[in-house]
Amino acid sequence: MAVPLVDYLVLGDDPHLAAHECTGCGARFFDRRNACASCGANSFESVQIASTGTVRTFTVVAFAAPGVPVLFVAAVVDCDGTSVRANIVNCPPDPEHVHTGMKVRLTTFSIGQDGEGTDAMSFGYEPIDGPSPNDESTNGSGS
Amino acid sequence: MTNDDIWILGIAMTKFGKYPDLDIVDIAAEATTAALNDGGVTMAQVGVIAAGNLMNANAGIGQQLQKQIGQTGIPVYNVANACATGATALRTVIMAVKAGEADYGLAVGVEKLAGAGLLSGGARKSDGDTWTPRGRFGAVAPVDGRIGTDIMPGVFAQIGMEYGHRYGGTSFELFARISEKNHAHSTLNPFAAYQKAMSLEQIMGDLMIAYPNTRPMCSANCDGAAAAVVVSGSTLKTLSLEQQRRAVKVSASILTTDPWEEACQVLPDINTLTRNAAQQAYEQAGIGPEDLDLVELHDCFATAELVHYDNLMLCETGGAVDFFESGAPFRDGRLPVNVSGGLQSKGHPIAATGIANVWEIAHHLRGEAGPRQIEGAKVGLAHVIGLGSACGVHILEASAA
Repeated sequence: MAVPLVDYLVLGDDPHLAAHECTGCGARFFDRRNACASCGANSFESVQIASTGTVRTFTVVAFAAPGVPVLFVAAVVDCDGTSVRANIVNCPPDPEHVHTGMKVRLTTFSIGQDGEGTDAMSFGYEPIDGPSPNDESTNGSGS
Repeated sequence: MTNDDIWILGIAMTKFGKYPDLDIVDIAAEATTAALNDGGVTMAQVGVIAAGNLMNANAGIGQQLQKQIGQTGIPVYNVANACATGATALRTVIMAVKAGEADYGLAVGVEKLAGAGLLSGGARKSDGDTWTPRGRFGAVAPVDGRIGTDIMPGVFAQIGMEYGHRYGGTSFELFARISEKNHAHSTLNPFAAYQKAMSLEQIMGDLMIAYPNTRPMCSANCDGAAAAVVVSGSTLKTLSLEQQRRAVKVSASILTTDPWEEACQVLPDINTLTRNAAQQAYEQAGIGPEDLDLVELHDCFATAELVHYDNLMLCETGGAVDFFESGAPFRDGRLPVNVSGGLQSKGHPIAATGIANVWEIAHHLRGEAGPRQIEGAKVGLAHVIGLGSACGVHILEASAA
């Protein structure tokens, strides 16, 4: 048994993120809205978010709230025009290995089991080409 | 002056720092009394108060202040607008005076933050015994640190890194040099919480909070208050020549929120609403950024200062790195930015900040800034932003009297 960490993570054979897309203007939201913040229309449909993307920005968090393990890489990933907030995983958490413009793909993993043996599955993005030392400036104009 | 103009008649800030023996009412009263004295007025004349204290936003700081220095039964608006709370208080009394509902408006902001740590992303609760979806995202466990970060140094780090991704030219060292500038500026400001110059090596070698922001590149938590008395031109005309000479004209007072942007759903967009506020402010004041003599902008983190050079149109779009490299924002440069030391060294007692930066500009326009005076300053801009978001921009001009 497994449950997603958040309801916009869809598990199964093809794990992906899903968003509520405004039928009027195409704006996407990961949480519920009564009306579209962009155009005011009030109907939405569920859409699948692309599972690969480009790191648009990131930070390496070294000092976090109590109980939050560090270091970790927090980022915004541009998935075919939809911005996704996520961690970069399966990669050393430093600016030598993570850079803007880096191509990444969605991956899921268990954060643990509850008392009934159910896994909670989280998601992150991992480098498509594997972690490799950055050969460009760490935060230059990217690709 | 015309009857409809808005003027700051009196303005004051406490030294920012640590006041372990004073409470927020004491600190607010100190700034308010000084602002009233500065303007030559008393509580009996004040017709409206707007007061901000973000960390105790439901405590009615305005009424507590009245009990401390004068209860006259006038309306109080307690305001809260994140880090733009002080600017919101100022804007509130400006609207009241402009509407003709009061002759004298008093705005005050106060905060006690000395010793506070991270102001967001509270301690993570332990995962429950059974995964149960909760909240807006149906989360079965806390997400801070698992899906991105909630801490402000991390949020603003990403904002600066995104600018570097779009336009190039940024580096850890560049952001650290912005911080080096502000710490150097602070050595001339006796009101700053920290008045120590720091070398680039010290800044880059200090405790890393969220790359590329180290501890001295983050705004300093401290205690402090600032207050201002606002009047219309028609009121100012009835006052003494000395009051008219020291009054500072509010050429623009603007508050904006962020319009919808695709990415602002997952990372706050501090750019669009700041640019909108700046555009509206320049239009209202009838001036352009080339007319400014100094700017106090919201450098809550070194990474934020860079993007606001661009957002406030102090440079061409995409030209913030070149603007900094040209030396323009240094106190001996073409357009000095944060000569007070900025939030990184002057400090950031949240609700006080949006009035304290107006005080800094006013101090220079009056020619009263002492050793850190920007000579001949006639026009200045003060900017704050609070996440959520709210952005306040005020453009101020020296009196011609």
